[in-house]
Amino acid sequence: MFSSLFETSFSFNDLLFMLKGAGVTLMLTFWAVLGGTLLGVVFGVIRAIAPWWVNAPLGAVLDVFRSIPLLIQLVVANSFKTIIGLHWSPFTVGCVVLALYMSAYCTEIVRSGFLAVPATTRRAARSLGLSWRQDLTEIVFPIALRVALPSWIGLTLGVMKDTAMVWWIGVVELLRSSQVIVTRIQEPLFVLSIAGLIYFLMSFPIARLGARLEKRWREND
Amino acid sequence: MSIEIQDVHKSFGSLEVVKGVTMTVEKGEVVSVIGGSGSGKSTLLMCINGLEPINAGRILVDGTNVHGRGTDLNKLRRKIGIVFQQWNAFPHLTVLENVMLAPRKVLGKSKAEAEAIAVDKLARVGLSEKLKVYPSKLSGGQQQRMAIARALAMSPDYMLFDEVTSALDPQLVGEVLDTMRSLSAEGMTMIVVTHEIAFAREVSDRVAFFHKGKIHEIGPPAQVIGNPQKPETIDFLKSVL
Ligand SMILES: Nc1ncnc2c1ncn2[C@@H]1O[C@H](COP(=O)(O)OP(=O)(O)OP(=O)(O)O)[C@@H](O)[C@H]1O
Ligand SMILES: [Mg+2]
Repeated sequence: MFSSLFETSFSFNDLLFMLKGAGVTLMLTFWAVLGGTLLGVVFGVIRAIAPWWVNAPLGAVLDVFRSIPLLIQLVVANSFKTIIGLHWSPFTVGCVVLALYMSAYCTEIVRSGFLAVPATTRRAARSLGLSWRQDLTEIVFPIALRVALPSWIGLTLGVMKDTAMVWWIGVVELLRSSQVIVTRIQEPLFVLSIAGLIYFLMSFPIARLGARLEKRWREND
Repeated sequence: MSIEIQDVHKSFGSLEVVKGVTMTVEKGEVVSVIGGSGSGKSTLLMCINGLEPINAGRILVDGTNVHGRGTDLNKLRRKIGIVFQQWNAFPHLTVLENVMLAPRKVLGKSKAEAEAIAVDKLARVGLSEKLKVYPSKLSGGQQQRMAIARALAMSPDYMLFDEVTSALDPQLVGEVLDTMRSLSAEGMTMIVVTHEIAFAREVSDRVAFFHKGKIHEIGPPAQVIGNPQKPETIDFLKSVL
């Protein structure tokens, strides 16, 4: 086994191919996290403040996204798009489904962060003459952000790994490109180790950033 | 220039908490409100600056009907500072930023102007050493003094205090009362809900005794505290003195 590590048929072109896959993974993650977070913030605030007759249906819809396996959502969305005649690439479908999937989780993170801000703190803000909007932007969001960040980082890292599933609808991302090479050169351990390393290198900065912000904020609390 | 409370009723659901309160606080006056727990004192304060709606009666601040249809509450609140029992520091802002926030966002002051105001008010409450510190590093008494500075930064015409010392350790009460004392000495109009009877007696022009949502006695401290007439007032004073 070790000899295969040193006498590998893994070529520089294979590495480039995997890096290209990693680029696709990053782009999928970027769009999914961007869309998922924006939607999650909007839905999360709605979930925190809307009356039950808005809240309950929204919660139910988001529950659907959270309870159906991502793989099924991808395949269904990909077929559905053809049925309704949308000319989206599998990559676009992947981004959209992942963003919705992320938004369903992000909504709950935002909602609990929002509700973690004490009513008395908000009342103090309003008593100073801050408007409802200013109370949100100056008080609630900054405090909620500190509460929600660790979960959001965890979610983002999870979504990055979940992007691998878009391979099922024909997008060649990091895991799929690794798989292609494994099939050809028959060195799964070596190739997948490299893939794992690339995943790690992509996640690490996000995890570090989160840890640094958390540390900075903790020093103030 | 006055706060006029006219036959105000306030309920939470079916529970009537304020049951017809009438009282006028003139500019420059210090009125203390004393009374048992749950008698509606905090609720009344929150009605005065429109944090709570009322069910009947009306409250006029300098002639403006607080709960009137066209009233701009955000504007009205600029002239009514309020400090609560809980320390409501904004935890993500430094002491200086806590005090600068409202002048900047509500009054539209520049950063430099807001900072000058905040530095001044924080010096006034004795927190000049703590400008860059986050509230979590302050004692309860310091947090309350910061809350007072934060309210003063809006240059309010009225200050409402809701049991601002009752969540403090006994040794920290004095510093907060001193701050309030100096405010009253400067002629600030204040409504002070308090359990500190001695303090109420010392600083107030008038004392109002609240019981079950109503004012039972109101008048100079020597009368209400020194020579109470109603049995409820006598019982209450016995229980706290
Ligand atoms: N937001 C609310 N919803 C429902 N009931 C409330 C609310 N706020 C206050 N109450 C009730 O109204 C009554 C009066 O409360 P309030 O806080 O005004 O009393 P208080 O005189 O300030 O008492 P304390 O001395 O304990 O602070 C209490 O029975 C309280 O439970
Ligand atoms: Mg109270």
